[in-house]
Amino acid sequence: MSRHVVATAQEIPQGGRKLVMVRGRPIAIFNLKGEFYGMLNRCPHQGGPMCEGLVTGLRESKMPGEYVYSREGEILRCPWHGWEFDIKTGQSYCDPERIRTRSYPVEVATGQTVVEGPYIAETIPVSIEQHYLVVEM
Amino acid sequence: MNELRAQAAPDAPATSRIAIADGDIHPARSGARDFHPWLSKRWQDHIDQYGAPSRHGWQVGPAYPKSQPNASRRDAYPPEGGRPGSSLSFMQHQHLDTNNVALGILNPLGSGQGVQNPALSAALCHATNEWQLAEWTSKDSRLRASVVVPYEDAIASAAEIRRYADNPSFVQVLLLSRTAEPLGSRKYWPIYEAAAEAGMPVGVHAFGYGGNPVTPGGWPSYYIEEMTGHSQCQQAGLTSLVMEGVFERWPTLKMIMIEAGFAWAPPLAWRLDKHFHTLRSEAPHLTRLPSEYMRDQVWWTTQPMEEPEPRAHLQDSIDWIGWDKLIFATDYPHWDFDDPAQALPLRISEQQRADFFLGNARKVYRGCA
Repeated sequence: MSRHVVATAQEIPQGGRKLVMVRGRPIAIFNLKGEFYGMLNRCPHQGGPMCEGLVTGLRESKMPGEYVYSREGEILRCPWHGWEFDIKTGQSYCDPERIRTRSYPVEVATGQTVVEGPYIAETIPVSIEQHYLVVEM
Repeated sequence: MNELRAQAAPDAPATSRIAIADGDIHPARSGARDFHPWLSKRWQDHIDQYGAPSRHGWQVGPAYPKSQPNASRRDAYPPEGGRPGSSLSFMQHQHLDTNNVALGILNPLGSGQGVQNPALSAALCHATNEWQLAEWTSKDSRLRASVVVPYEDAIASAAEIRRYADNPSFVQVLLLSRTAEPLGSRKYWPIYEAAAEAGMPVGVHAFGYGGNPVTPGGWPSYYIEEMTGHSQCQQAGLTSLVMEGVFERWPTLKMIMIEAGFAWAPPLAWRLDKHFHTLRSEAPHLTRLPSEYMRDQVWWTTQPMEEPEPRAHLQDSIDWIGWDKLIFATDYPHWDFDDPAQALPLRISEQQRADFFLGNARKVYRGCA
C-alpha cells in the first residue's frame, strides 16, 4: 500500500465531491463537514459512477405513518438505480431479502430500523497532510 | 507520494466488450419545437394555444413521479445541455460506443401517443417518425426507428405503418401498454394487420395514457407499485391478444413486450392453459393452447431484468420462455438502465449468450439479420 496525493483540501468544499484516479482506479472523494471519505467510483450493484450520485439523508420508518429523516448529507444514492450507501462506511441500505432471511433479526427493535443491505461499496482511506488529501491504496 | 492527478475519464470506451443489440433506447427531444419541421403551422398554433394533453384526466406528465429527475441516470445529461437522450453525440460516447451497441432500437416516448385529440396525436406521431429519420437513423447506421402510431385511432395508425412499410430504417411498430381498451380488442386490429403485412413486429412498451389505473385493483400509492404494475398491465394486454384471437388471425405477427419483465410469462401461460382446458368452448376461435401462441409469437426485452435469489430461478424462467425469445435492452438513458457487462450473471453457453445479446434481435426486427 502506498500513499498518493490526490487533491488539495480546498478543492473540495463541505458537501462537495471530486473524482480522482489512483493507480488506474477511479475514486470519488467526499467532504462531509470537513472530514474526507473515499469510495471506489463503481457501484457494487451494476457499476454506476458513484461520484455523480445524489448526496442525501436517511429516511426511516418504524411503522407506516411514522417517518424519521436523519444523517443529512451522509448517504449517497447511486446515479443509476438509486441504491443507498453510507459514505462513511460504504454500507448499503435496505435489502428486504435480509429481512426475510433474518440475518438482522430482532436488532430492529433496538432502534435500528433500516436494515443493512448486501452490498458494501469499497471505501478508501483519505487523510489530510498539510492541506493535501492523501489516499492510501 | 505522487503528483496531483487530473480529473478521471469515468467511462472510456471498452471495445473489448461483445457486440450487443439494445431493444430499448429512448431518444429525447431537446425542446417542444424540435418537431416543428414536420408539424404544420395549424398544429404548432394549436399546441401553443391548447397544449397537447394526454388521455388521463388532463393531468400533465406521467401518472407517477420518477425516482430520478427525467426518469434518467444522473450521469446522462449531455455536456452541451438538454435532456438526457437528446444528444446523439453524447449517446454515442456514453452508450453506443462504450457498450459496443451494434443494433440500437429507438423507442421514442413523449411523442404523440396517448394525446387526447386524435388528429393531433396522429400529426405528432408522424412528426416523431420523420424526426427519428432526420436526427437519428440517418446520422448513425447502428440505430433503427420504430413506427410510432396514434394507437387509439387504428385506421390512422395502419396508414402510418403502410407509409413506412418499404423504409428499411423502420424495423418495428411501437405501441404503449396502457391503451384505452385491452390490447387484443378489435378496435386495434387494423394495426396488427398492417404490421403483419409489413413484416414488422409490434413492440408494446410499458406506460401509456389509457386513463385506466395501471393495476386491475385501482390506483396505487407508490411509484414502486407502478413499476411493478407494468407487469400486471402487460399480462392483461397479452392475455387479451391471445384470447381475442389476434395471434390466431395473424400467425406471422410477432409481438415484443418491452420493459415489463418476462419472468412472469410461464405462470401466466400455465394459468391460461389450465382454464383453457375447461373453458375452450367459450373461445373456440383458438386452435392452439394459449401457451403455444405465447411461445411462438411473443418476444421479450430484458430490462429491467428480474434478479431472483437463487439466480437459477431466472434460468428456469428463460428455459421455459426460450433462449431465442429474449432481446437484451438497456433503457438508456433512463435510471433503471441495465449494464450489459453486469446484466446476465448466469452460467450459460456461448451460443445462448450470443443470442441473448445480439442474435435474437437480429432475427426478430425486420431486415436486421
